[in-house]
Amino acid sequence: MIEPIFLAEAAINGIMLGGILALLALGLNLIFGVIDIVWIAYVDLVMVCMYVLYFVVQVYGWPFWLGALAAMAFGAALGVGVHLLIITPILGSAPVNQLLATGGLLFFLQSFATFLWTTDHKSVRLALPSWEIGGIFLPATRLIPFAISILALVGLYVFLTRTYVGTAIRAVSQDREAMALMGASPQRIYIVTSAVGGLMAGLAGALLLFQYSVHPFFGGQFGPLTFMICVLGGLGNMVGAFVASFVMSEIISIAGVVWSTEMGYVIAFVVFIVMIFARPGGILARRQ
Amino acid sequence: MSLLELRGVTAGYGHFTALWDVSLSVAAGEAVAVVGPNGAGKTTLLRVISGLIAPRAGDLAFEGAALGGKPAYEIVAHGIAHVPEGRRIFPALTVSDNLKMGAYLPAARRRFAESLERVYALFPVLAERRAQRAGSLSGGEQQMLAIGRALMSRPKLILLDEPSMGLAPVMVLRVFDLIRRIREEGYTILVVEQNVRQVLKLVDRAYLLEVGRIKMEGRAAELGEQDFVRKAYVGL
Amino acid sequence: MSPGRALGLALAALLAAGPFLPLGGMQEYVIHVMVQIFIWSFIGGAWSLMGRFGLVSLGHGAFLGLGAYATTLLWNFWGLTPWLGGVLAVLLTAVVAVIVAYPCSRFRVIGHYFALVTLAVGEVVRLLIIAERNWTGGSLGVSLRPAGRDSLVAMQFADKRVFYYAAFVLWLLGLWVWARVDRSMARSAMEAIGEDETAAASVGIHITRFKIGITVLSASLTAVGGVAYAQYISYVNPDTLAGIGVSLRIVFAVVLGGMYSLLGATVGTALTIALGEYLRIVFGLKFIGMAETIYGLLLIVFIIFLPSGIYGSLRGLVARVGRAPARAGV
Repeated sequence: MIEPIFLAEAAINGIMLGGILALLALGLNLIFGVIDIVWIAYVDLVMVCMYVLYFVVQVYGWPFWLGALAAMAFGAALGVGVHLLIITPILGSAPVNQLLATGGLLFFLQSFATFLWTTDHKSVRLALPSWEIGGIFLPATRLIPFAISILALVGLYVFLTRTYVGTAIRAVSQDREAMALMGASPQRIYIVTSAVGGLMAGLAGALLLFQYSVHPFFGGQFGPLTFMICVLGGLGNMVGAFVASFVMSEIISIAGVVWSTEMGYVIAFVVFIVMIFARPGGILARRQ
Repeated sequence: MSLLELRGVTAGYGHFTALWDVSLSVAAGEAVAVVGPNGAGKTTLLRVISGLIAPRAGDLAFEGAALGGKPAYEIVAHGIAHVPEGRRIFPALTVSDNLKMGAYLPAARRRFAESLERVYALFPVLAERRAQRAGSLSGGEQQMLAIGRALMSRPKLILLDEPSMGLAPVMVLRVFDLIRRIREEGYTILVVEQNVRQVLKLVDRAYLLEVGRIKMEGRAAELGEQDFVRKAYVGL
Repeated sequence: MSPGRALGLALAALLAAGPFLPLGGMQEYVIHVMVQIFIWSFIGGAWSLMGRFGLVSLGHGAFLGLGAYATTLLWNFWGLTPWLGGVLAVLLTAVVAVIVAYPCSRFRVIGHYFALVTLAVGEVVRLLIIAERNWTGGSLGVSLRPAGRDSLVAMQFADKRVFYYAAFVLWLLGLWVWARVDRSMARSAMEAIGEDETAAASVGIHITRFKIGITVLSASLTAVGGVAYAQYISYVNPDTLAGIGVSLRIVFAVVLGGMYSLLGATVGTALTIALGEYLRIVFGLKFIGMAETIYGLLLIVFIIFLPSGIYGSLRGLVARVGRAPARAGV
């Protein structure tokens, strides 16, 4: 029988992981909700930002926080670049073509990263303390990213609900044509959205680099999970994605402790398949 | 001097042509209606003016400037506000956020507070429900919100697409009353409507659009006595 | 006989004679590439049965992997002949297809959302394969247990030419199925569904049944392709047979060649495989990853500039050339 203390620790780890997963899922959802296109290569953009952070910190000796800001700025720029170069030309194309465009980007990023930096795993050495409360270990490498992810999510919420641009973004996702009638150039809104999505990817990358090492196929590690969370929460549904992130992270974490890490993922997937069968629209289905 | 001028406009969707060689004009301060049966092309007409559809042929001028082919968000900046068919308010945004979006253009945003006051004065209901989700408003309230949102951009011309559609008769009268009040404030209006009788009481001039072509034109009082009003009314 | 038909028969004859053509030292390699082209074209055609009707699946790797792994594992552990193993694999795949297709159809999950659901399913299969490494071999994959000698029962042959003809027949079979679907009532129904589901439903077309039907057919054929591939290569690996990578490649090949024509999948597959081989030869082991990088870049460029694929673009070109003289006459 598993000691309750380990279960509690797993539950807490799950919450901490959930925060970062939520950043990934919400970034992807934001872009889909506004532009109606799924960036299949989203987590690969995260991977690129992680490499940027790795290099400025490990090779150029920048402090981590500064590197993180650089990664975020790079992510935002990358997001805008992707939108202008790849998305804009295919905005009116058939869905399959749009999916293949970002799919091609996935191939390109993964292989280019392999070419530039080989498949070696690269990580950042951080000497951070670990605390213990009531027998539960809380390492800073998990706590700090979690805290920051929550702050970022709050920031995103404030941005979307309290700022003019954020409200405009929400409006476009509800009715693009009506917003055009308000004088809003769709392309400008898309660019802002892509920048925000890219920014979130950069931040997520920085937070992930606390605990994980980066390699060209990092997208294969977290990509599927992100897609599953988005589907589970309802594609385009921000609240749903938020909830689903923690549901999945809890399942993985707790099942990982009760059985094994792999089983944790397997059970999460099974839950996903069952949910698909029961409610493919997602936990909080978005009305199309 | 015409505020809005259309000359020989032809437009449609894909292989389908909805408007054939349409010419009309609206002078500043006027209230003009375009009436006609279902499927006549009335909605298409407004979508061409506001730029949601590009005309295939013909000229479109606003205050003398050529507009044809420009994208909607650019045309709107010239001072045209379009209240679309079905209202198209942002359902998940609050009433006040909807109105905020109406003032998206920089010039409108600068005078935002003033415009908001005006709209709340005209539509007290909206002031009451300012924090409510727009999707939960009744049909009539949504129509008022849509019109209020259009006013927020401080337009020179307001296009109204079937404002009475889907509303209970009491609400229809209320909405037309409001349009009359807006008209009295000095706004220039182009209304597209199936409810011929009601709209003719409201406007100076009207056009009859049938199967994509202008069949008749004249002062509202004259047209009110025409056979076609009775025909159109029965056709509803 | 029309020139098109004559050309087609000539091509078929050439392909049939393939292994006996004098190609010298290159023969083994060419046969190897041709077998791949036949099998992947077959798989691509299977995908296009769904794709052409708007059901864009990015998860066909799931069906491929299930087909390949089921037969391989059943043979390796229980000595079950791949002929029967293949049938079981197809049944398993069909069940999975129904599980995915039914709710998606009922809840009107389409477009990007449907693609994402299938993508997730494909990844789930890949990760499941990796997780159950005790009997699937995980990311390292698993080899087909050798039968020791040429065996029809085990579907293993030393001579590549046997596989060549088997793959050739499979490919022709795929074309036949595609043509049948193209000509059947199902096709008109699916097109109606693709254009306007509500209208189609109001005419009495049973949306769900058609969508599930075409999905099951597509998935089953893909599984057969997976079985063929596993038997030929004698080695299965989750990254080459399941997951986003292989799923995307299939879709790319079909869209580039042309989703709506019989030979579209074949043309696209032949081109992408040839391109891949060419890049691999040019870059070899010198710059690891550069071949793939250029491949990815070319895919993006193609999709942006040739949205209707090669067939579609050629047809558009011909149409424009045909129209020009008429305009000049006015």
